[in-house]
Amino acid sequence: MTHRSLLALAVLAVGLGGCRGMTSEAPPIHPNLNMDYVQRFEAQEANPFFADGAAMRTPVAGTVARGQLKTAENAPFEYGRTADGAYVPEVPIEVTPALLERGQERYNIYCTVCHGYAGDGRGIVAVGNGGLGYGFSVPSYHTDALRARPDGYIYDVIQNGINTMPSYGHEIAPADRWAVVAFVRALQRSQAGSAADLPETERERLSTANPNVRQN
Amino acid sequence: MPQLFPRRANALPTVTLFGALGGGLLLVAFVWYYLSPEFYEVGYAPEQPVPYSHALHAGQLGMDCRYCHNHVEQSPHANVPPTQTCMNCHGVVKTESAALLPVRESWATGVPIEWVKIHHVPDYAQFSHAAHVNVGVGCESCHGRIDQMEVVYQAEPLSMGWCLECHRQPEDHLRDPALVTQMGYLEQMTEADIQQNRERIEREGIKPPQNCSACHY
Repeated sequence: MTHRSLLALAVLAVGLGGCRGMTSEAPPIHPNLNMDYVQRFEAQEANPFFADGAAMRTPVAGTVARGQLKTAENAPFEYGRTADGAYVPEVPIEVTPALLERGQERYNIYCTVCHGYAGDGRGIVAVGNGGLGYGFSVPSYHTDALRARPDGYIYDVIQNGINTMPSYGHEIAPADRWAVVAFVRALQRSQAGSAADLPETERERLSTANPNVRQN
Repeated sequence: MPQLFPRRANALPTVTLFGALGGGLLLVAFVWYYLSPEFYEVGYAPEQPVPYSHALHAGQLGMDCRYCHNHVEQSPHANVPPTQTCMNCHGVVKTESAALLPVRESWATGVPIEWVKIHHVPDYAQFSHAAHVNVGVGCESCHGRIDQMEVVYQAEPLSMGWCLECHRQPEDHLRDPALVTQMGYLEQMTEADIQQNRERIEREGIKPPQNCSACHY
């Protein structure tokens, strides 16, 4: 082999070996690491000092942060219950179209996975595994029993979970929980209503528009 | 007196000249290609303690990004979900899976799973997810098609030049804030969308900072 072909081979090796866009398990090379990882702990970093290795510590039970005191007055909003422990019958904040839209967005993020977009309990996790599901059933919202429940009950289920459904309190903030409650109520209305419940303009649109064409 | 330089030394000026020119070019090409974050930063895909697949969860199951990364709209730090979020489903789904053993262990012991962070910007550069997500920078713009990644890799260089590219010309990357988590949006972006973005930037006064104090404090 001549020197020339050896050189060509070397160039080819460097060229191919350094292809951009290839994935690698090797961490990026940062020549100057002075302040890449500074000596403080950021959110969700590891801290070898503690037994569980986490830098974020759990607050002591029973402590209250400023501005987060839960009182008898804000119990309906924070717990979905009145001061004497009963579920609040209606959403304790003003239900506006904006709140419903927010509720729909949050519902579609957190709830559709199991409950489905229509609230019929046919979300992807419930009907997955080739249609067999995973050994648990998701009830539909559209039953008389669930329609008759107070709003505070739905809030309580989001916050604390029920049966095999875990708590979503750590994922959804109180105001958003109420938005979801409002949207679930709207979903229930949508499945139990008739065309007569709709405003005149919407009814007209329904009767004339082709349902297969999205109206904008 | 013998000749000081042999005859073949006549080629020396030519070789020196072209060597200097070509060598310079080679050097520039080498640095430009190999010493850029596009080369040494993009494509980092470490092995994770749990073989988590975004392609399955976000792609096939169609879960919204915010189901797990739920603080991304309120916080500078887009959280890695706690074990609790995994157990929302995996308390009842695939409870016998060997791949999920570290998740169940973490749930039982309370010791967090040691995920390996891929997108690490040096600690002296502060970044806020909330500030970007709420004006409509899609997940896809910076993290690539996560919904198609079996194993997450870094898709963009996250270098300062790359950040500033978008801060100087944000209209090419913005979208309706309601669509931030939609994947595949960028491929369908049209000139009309960019024009709409320009109007929105004007209307809402979106001013991506280009000064030091924005990120480096």
